[in-house]
Amino acid sequence: MDEVFKALADASRRSLLDRLHANNGQTLNELCEGLAMTRQAVTKHLAILEAANLVTTLRQGREKLHYLNPVPIHQIGERWIRKFERGRLAALGELKRRLEKRDA
Amino acid sequence: MRKPEFVYVTYIETTPEKLWEALTDPAFTERYWFGARLESDWKVGSTFEMLRSDGTISDRGKVVEFDRPRRLAYTFVNISEKYKDDRPALATFVLEPYGKLVKLTLTHEGFVEGSKFLDGISRGWPAILSSLKSILETGHPLEIPFEALKFED
Repeated sequence: MDEVFKALADASRRSLLDRLHANNGQTLNELCEGLAMTRQAVTKHLAILEAANLVTTLRQGREKLHYLNPVPIHQIGERWIRKFERGRLAALGELKRRLEKRDA
Repeated sequence: MRKPEFVYVTYIETTPEKLWEALTDPAFTERYWFGARLESDWKVGSTFEMLRSDGTISDRGKVVEFDRPRRLAYTFVNISEKYKDDRPALATFVLEPYGKLVKLTLTHEGFVEGSKFLDGISRGWPAILSSLKSILETGHPLEIPFEALKFED
């Protein structure tokens, strides 16, 4: 669990996760496109994300595809969110999402 | 070749045999899979069905692979009117032992373009896999209410 928090405590790594969330299953080249980071930096961040099991890779032919793996984040949420809070939190999350969407 | 839409990985402190049973025994699946019983004779080509706790069928597909305790694959799609434009997509479970842990990799692929089923699936799997890990490691599932996942109508 420490690894997950360390991996998430970095804006560059979170932005890589955001990119995979928007478009899952990308190659290293695709992930680097339009980013201000060097290819070496992206590779290094991906290795940290993989070690935390937040990113998983799949070989398809000659390509290595990167996928967002949300399972550890789900497990962290489950640890501190009690059963009766979950429904209300989901409703609040939805409310925040809708309000922010309207302002955007 | 199209790429899979989802790849999920979780490491569970268990044995491949126990994990296999948890994935294929309906009395076990209903404890962590939103109450769903996974019913099949598990022969390749046989029908695969998910039953709700009231016994009605929610999803249906076919068994594609059954290589105990290494690889399990089946197709399924929800049979309700809402998903009438979807077709059964392929879920493949790969179990690899690493010492005291088993690495479970789930890939899900073959959704139709603009699939409504895909949205539901992406909310369901992380919850199901977390609950599966919890029940195998602690004996207790995570009781995630189905409504909390906020499936949109």
